Amino acid sequence: MTSLPQGAGKKLGLVIDLDICVGCHACAVACKSWNSIGAAAPLSDTTPYGPEASGVWLNRVHTYEVEDGQGGFTLHFPRSCLHCDNAPCVTVCPTGASYKRARDGIVLVDEDLCIGCGLCAWACPYGARELDDATGVMKKCTLCADRIDNGDFDEADRVPACVRTCPTSARHFGDLGDPESEVSKLVADRGGAAPMPESGAGPVNRYLPPRARHAGPAPMAVGADAGQPSGFLDWLDRVLSD
Amino acid sequence: MSDESRRFERRIAEMPPVADEIVSTTCYMCACRCGIRVHKKDGEPVYIDGDADHPVNRGVLCAKGAAGLMNHRSPARLTAPMRRVGRRGENRFEAISWDEALDLAVSWLKPIRDEDPKKLAMFTGRDQSQAFTGWWAAQFGTPNYAAHGGFCSVNMAAAGLYTTGGSFWEFGEPDWERTEYLVLFGVAEDHASNPLKIGLGLLKSRGVKVLSVNPVRTGYSAIADEWLAITPGADGLFVMALCHELLRTGRVDLDYLIRYTNAPQLVIQAPGEADDGLLARDEAGAPLVWDRKRRTPVAFDEPAAAPAMKGEAILPDGRRAVPAFELIARRCLEDRYSPDNVADRTGIGADDIRRIAAELAQAAFEREVAVEQPWTDSWGRRHDRTVGRPVSMHAMRGVSAHSNGFHTCRAIHILQILLGSVDTPGGHRYRPPYPRHIPCPAKPTGKPDQIVACQAMPGLPLGFPGGPEDLLVEPDGTPVRIDKAYSWEAPLAIHGMMHAVIANAWKGDPYRIDTLFMFMSNMAWNSAMNTTGTAAMLTDVDPATGDHRIPHIIYADAYQSEMVAFADLVLPDTTYLERWDCISLLDRPIGDPDAPADAIRRPVATPGRDVRPFQDVLLDLGHRLEFPALCAAEGGPRYPGGYADYIVNHLRKPAVGSLAGWRGADGGDHGKGEVNPNQLEAYIANGCHWRRELGEEHRFYKFANAGYLAEAVGLGLIDRDTPITLQIYSEELQKFRLAARGHGVHRPPERDRGRVETYCDPLPFWYPPFEPARGEFPLHAITQRPMAMYHAWGSQNAWLRQIHGHNRLYIGRPVAEREGLEDGDWAEVESRHGRIKARVAVTDGVNPDTVWTWNAIGKRSGAWALSPDAVEATHGFLLNHLIDDLLPVREDGYRYSNSDPVTGQAAWYDLTVRVRRAERQSAPSEPRLETLEAGAPVVGTVR
Amino acid sequence: MRPAVSLVLFTSLSGAGLGALVWLGALHALGLPPRDTPFVVTSTVLALALVVAGLLASTFHLRHPERAWRALSQWRSSWLSREGVMAMITFAPALAFLGGSIVAGPGGGVLAPAGLAMVLCAVGTMICTAMIYRSLWTVPQWSNVWTVPCFLAIGLAGGALLVCAAASLGGAPVPGGLLVVALLAPPCAAAVKACAWAHAEHPAGSDLATALGMGDRLRGGRMLEAPNSSENYLQREMIFHIGRKHARKLRRSALVVGVAAPMALLAAGALAGGVAGAALTVLAAGCGLAGTLIERWLFFAEAKHKVALYYGAERV
Ligand SMILES: Nc1nc2c(c(=O)[nH]1)N[C@H]1C(S)=C(S)[C@@H](COP(=O)(O)OP(=O)(O)OC[C@H]3O[C@@H](n4cnc5c(=O)[nH]c(N)nc54)[C@H](O)[C@@H]3O)O[C@H]1N2
Ligand SMILES: Nc1nc2c(c(=O)[nH]1)N[C@H]1C(S)=C(S)[C@@H](COP(=O)(O)OP(=O)(O)OC[C@H]3O[C@@H](n4cnc5c(=O)[nH]c(N)nc54)[C@H](O)[C@@H]3O)O[C@H]1N2
Ligand code: SF4
Ligand code: SF4
Ligand code: SF4
Ligand code: SF4
Ligand code: SF4
Ligand SMILES: [Mo]
Repeated sequence: MTSLPQGAGKKLGLVIDLDICVGCHACAVACKSWNSIGAAAPLSDTTPYGPEASGVWLNRVHTYEVEDGQGGFTLHFPRSCLHCDNAPCVTVCPTGASYKRARDGIVLVDEDLCIGCGLCAWACPYGARELDDATGVMKKCTLCADRIDNGDFDEADRVPACVRTCPTSARHFGDLGDPESEVSKLVADRGGAAPMPESGAGPVNRYLPPRARHAGPAPMAVGADAGQPSGFLDWLDRVLSD
Repeated sequence: MSDESRRFERRIAEMPPVADEIVSTTCYMCACRCGIRVHKKDGEPVYIDGDADHPVNRGVLCAKGAAGLMNHRSPARLTAPMRRVGRRGENRFEAISWDEALDLAVSWLKPIRDEDPKKLAMFTGRDQSQAFTGWWAAQFGTPNYAAHGGFCSVNMAAAGLYTTGGSFWEFGEPDWERTEYLVLFGVAEDHASNPLKIGLGLLKSRGVKVLSVNPVRTGYSAIADEWLAITPGADGLFVMALCHELLRTGRVDLDYLIRYTNAPQLVIQAPGEADDGLLARDEAGAPLVWDRKRRTPVAFDEPAAAPAMKGEAILPDGRRAVPAFELIARRCLEDRYSPDNVADRTGIGADDIRRIAAELAQAAFEREVAVEQPWTDSWGRRHDRTVGRPVSMHAMRGVSAHSNGFHTCRAIHILQILLGSVDTPGGHRYRPPYPRHIPCPAKPTGKPDQIVACQAMPGLPLGFPGGPEDLLVEPDGTPVRIDKAYSWEAPLAIHGMMHAVIANAWKGDPYRIDTLFMFMSNMAWNSAMNTTGTAAMLTDVDPATGDHRIPHIIYADAYQSEMVAFADLVLPDTTYLERWDCISLLDRPIGDPDAPADAIRRPVATPGRDVRPFQDVLLDLGHRLEFPALCAAEGGPRYPGGYADYIVNHLRKPAVGSLAGWRGADGGDHGKGEVNPNQLEAYIANGCHWRRELGEEHRFYKFANAGYLAEAVGLGLIDRDTPITLQIYSEELQKFRLAARGHGVHRPPERDRGRVETYCDPLPFWYPPFEPARGEFPLHAITQRPMAMYHAWGSQNAWLRQIHGHNRLYIGRPVAEREGLEDGDWAEVESRHGRIKARVAVTDGVNPDTVWTWNAIGKRSGAWALSPDAVEATHGFLLNHLIDDLLPVREDGYRYSNSDPVTGQAAWYDLTVRVRRAERQSAPSEPRLETLEAGAPVVGTVR
Repeated sequence: MRPAVSLVLFTSLSGAGLGALVWLGALHALGLPPRDTPFVVTSTVLALALVVAGLLASTFHLRHPERAWRALSQWRSSWLSREGVMAMITFAPALAFLGGSIVAGPGGGVLAPAGLAMVLCAVGTMICTAMIYRSLWTVPQWSNVWTVPCFLAIGLAGGALLVCAAASLGGAPVPGGLLVVALLAPPCAAAVKACAWAHAEHPAGSDLATALGMGDRLRGGRMLEAPNSSENYLQREMIFHIGRKHARKLRRSALVVGVAAPMALLAAGALAGGVAGAALTVLAAGCGLAGTLIERWLFFAEAKHKVALYYGAERV
């Protein structure tokens, strides 16, 4: 049965720093590119050169303008699967194609079992699942299981494609089940939060909120040590009067 | 079911290697030149990721880079040489063989070269082989050569090179590791796309304040700690006001100014005289300063001098002079630059300006950083540590693409200099081969006597004028060049003025040309001002001759762009994965502040189409045209191995070639050295790049770092090791101004006098952009680079076009409310020049007097092998239709180019418009040019 | 949510079919007329046919119908799987009922227990179907207490009309008890649906601030740019826009076509009797079904998925 692994110690996931995400879409494209050759390949595109192109992406980057009562700000928000603890996408799946790995909590689709009913996409609060038109099966972020488990790869490449490519290093990958991991510490330090916590899905991924802005040096009194200039660059006379 | 028994787990476990070969090369989805790894399966590229060992990107890739495969596979790739069979502009061609194509080209080019080489205008757009293409033009004998810099960011380059010997753009970068404060002026993406992002990520995680001055709050501005929604074109005012505050309060680095800049140098005050405003010099030509202790003028570089920084000095010959510092101080302290007086025009509050000035000063002077590294300056003084002012700045086209951009950019550099932060730890650092001497020693070539039929020019077309004598003008002051670069209309047009070529050639002003030869530039679309007009000029027929006004157009593109349709002869290029390229120190290098670097691109895929690398084609053409430099003594081609052969074997100067790495017969030399036949192999073995760390002592204060300057000479980066003095006062500009005042033998024609006198001001100043926003057209209209799209050529990319398939005009809420516009409505946008129809989106993150859109998303129907009803054409739009290529008519009937009056930089962002609800609330966007005969550029078959 | 034809047909047809099975079983268990074999055969076959048609329609929703059998495997966790299993199971008593009726004639010993089992299974199946939607937290219009009652009430109303139609085919008047049930069921279903519609007016609990995980820090916000300029699967599938005015009109027509019209036709049929009466009664059932189709289309079209928050919706 499609039971969710209980109390799995390891919870692999992403931590995305919204304070430094510039919305460049690099992660989204790198994801698309990797998943065109990885184990879950390919991700299809319909009418790629037609009136409108549309295709499957496992990671999409939104831009919002938000109000915080202090002038507001622009927020870039990459959105992919959060590998939820109580993944509703898994429990609704009638075929058992959707599953959550016991050993690390990654939520995956066994494409050979999937009937393409689309129910899991409906169940996911985060829009993390997209049905592939060409293959008729459900696609979702695999947390690049096919990279992190990939024995052909150098250690440095055994990270998700989106993390490896992110130019600002806004994306971090690690074990959120281990409070001592780098990612867990980041989350603790920066007040990392889960989106739409009311979903009850228990997302594993975390987003680090934008830091308080204007955090530069404290404004200094103008001309603190320059006195009140009365003539043309008096201070110059004082400074050069040696 | 246990995890392990899952078929998908087995798929992962048993996944065959994704590639049977991984090869490195250099990305060219933009000009950033990151290192990429191309994963190949069965000989074909299947996946691209970043090269972690590459100095530019350290493994990361942007969206475009990661989507490179889809450009490589694009159906818009050209497949064979083509000769026009339809009307010009109709996009109907027949495929021909390369021999036919080259013969045809020679049949046009040979007569011109034999008669008047100027009749060839060769402009090469976003070319990364300018060191070669410029050289080729010189071999042809035409001065009419430039790449895209003139419409891109020459304001930036010229202001920087004439002020600090370096610049922003790709000439320098913030000291990411040490800076304590970063100010971004008008940067959306820049060429250093990945390095900037890497750096910003670093600063943000270090908690360093990032301030973005930008009318729009997206991208980098979105993550900045503070966003100042400046009114376009007003940065100069803002920066001058900052200088005003710093000078008023004495928060400037006097030691730095005295030692490394011309601030203490004496400027002659002799109104009306020929030497007014020039530097006072001793007999040896050394600039003088006033020694306030000895009360006498002494040479600037006398280490014991105690220079005065203000007050009048009487020179031995009785002339009066004042230190340049006094002049700049007086200028900045003028009332018009007080924070209170600039607030309205900049859209930034006076208190904010004062606060920012204080923050800058505090970061610079109270958070001084030091690298524990002794160094020796050019005067032999030993410094036991390297101390720096950790304030850095980066500016790009938001400042550059205005008609006041040169002076604004100079103001920014002056601000940096006042803070003492240029090339200090924590400041703005040069990327070698910068800094260069001021002015750079190379002069532009193309004076009337340097253009001789059937001969190469004696030097390269582009260079750096030091005064009126270096301009390329006829004795009567008429421009020599077709684009009027280096003329009185744009004396420091050091990158040429590509945006003026077509209009000038069409008009025959200053003369008619025969062949327009272009490479890699979509001049009939997004890189044109007045796009509709440009298309008309390209197709216009001269009733007198019955021939096109521009008789021949040869164009080399890799893809089916809008421009292809206007060519008579199309030379299809390879894609970036299919050719050799050279990212040379002679050109636009990729060094970082700690190390000069260069790189190559190498073929990692075979074309399978009848296409050739453009550089190979140029070499072949040069041989067919019998350029001596391209013919071997025995008569065959000088570089039979094509561009790879040229890269390795061509020497620009003794021991200086295209690539600096692994020179010398055994590959043991770096920088300079004889030819190494195995050089390319050495590059390939090193991930296709070379990077050489500077000596530990040579990394800061490079303009006056004795060790650095010597090392740079040794590497062939510069010619001499004399210190480079930062120019807060520009004597070069004053020379032009004096000429305008009637001094000297080289004087501007009457028409240009006032203009030269006004704008060749040796001190920075602010003037409103030539197209102010008021009256009928109250809104500034600007564009931004979308991070996931590169100009026009991203739209053929099946992935990227899903992200940006069409664009909207972003308008501020007040404008929307005033005009009754809502998200998604269609609006008419009008400028003094034209009218378009576009869909709007409402935003809060924009200066209230500004509207903006993503650049170059709109496409002409039928181009890029997209279906004719592609959203790019039906819903996308191009702002360029609204931008005039000329300024309004003057009283005397003359119209100057819509450019900066000093550098000729295209003033894209001066555009002002009005916006109203459109009559018809539905697609398509307008103007809607005739659909190009889509997807079938080739008629007939390849013979 | 995009109102996929396959799903509209599936839930409507099988709902009515199952509803009919419930009434048939109930009639038998309670020993109420009509109980004659031709009636039982026609009505059961008709009901099963609708159930089968519905299930077939649902397979059109699958991108891999050849693997549809796999959907029966996860009955322990998935309501969709349970629905499939229950639907299959329901066939057992239904076929027993049908067979029993043919072999043993009305009043045969197996009929009452089979009927009873059929009632339970059919109701169970209807609940499972409803629970597929009821359990989707992501769609507030579905995940509330009214979804199950609605599916049951509407299925039963449609079923009652169907049974009447089958009964009228024999030429005899529809027995009074059945007629009363069939006259009352549609307005009851309408009342339940009205509650569901009223419930849908309640503001839902998520907005952009919660969607972004920033809770109280944000006071408002909106999407400046979607991640893609052309529509993607999520937008097509889950962000279906139907105008409020349009929806109100359709709601009204669902009530007219699915409730008022059948009631009137049924009453008229009972009064007319004979062939005309039968025709009117069949028409009533047809209208009931049509009304259900409209209601079901709206059930999807009006439902908003939480993911719409990421694409600019204010509150879901
Ligand atoms: N409104 C507005 N207009 C602008 C600007 C703006 O900000 N706003 N920016 C201006 C600036 S700074 C620039 S640089 C220009 C850029 O504008 P363009 O120089 O026109 O740039 P692209 O569209 O990138 O590309 C030019 C051509 O190069 C071709 N190309 C791509 N790869 C290859 C290749 O490998 N070989 C060959 N032979 N051709 C290739 C493409 O197909 C395309 O036709 O636009 C300018 N125009
Ligand atoms: N992804 C991507 N990268 C690119 C390119 C691309 O097409 N796509 N093109 C490359 C090229 S050719 C170039 S030249 C560089 C250009 O790199 P940038 O200079 O970063 O490019 P622009 O998008 O022109 O950015 C100009 C910025 O200035 C702002 N701006 C406009 N007017 C003003 C003003 O008056 N004052 C201030 N302070 N800001 C203003 C705009 O809002 C915008 O954010 O990018 C290069 N990199
Ligand atoms: S790559 Fe990094 S910076 Fe770019 S959109 Fe993704 S998370 Fe943001
Ligand atoms: S984000 Fe969506 S798809 Fe991913 S585990 Fe959670 S519910 Fe499932
Ligand atoms: S689409 Fe596939 S993975 Fe999703 S619920 Fe249906 S069978 Fe399961
Ligand atoms: S982890 Fe892999 S699959 Fe998931 S978003 Fe990142 S790149 Fe895509
Ligand atoms: S910034 Fe992007 S497109 Fe440009 S060279 Fe680097 S990876 Fe390629
Ligand atoms: Mo540019």
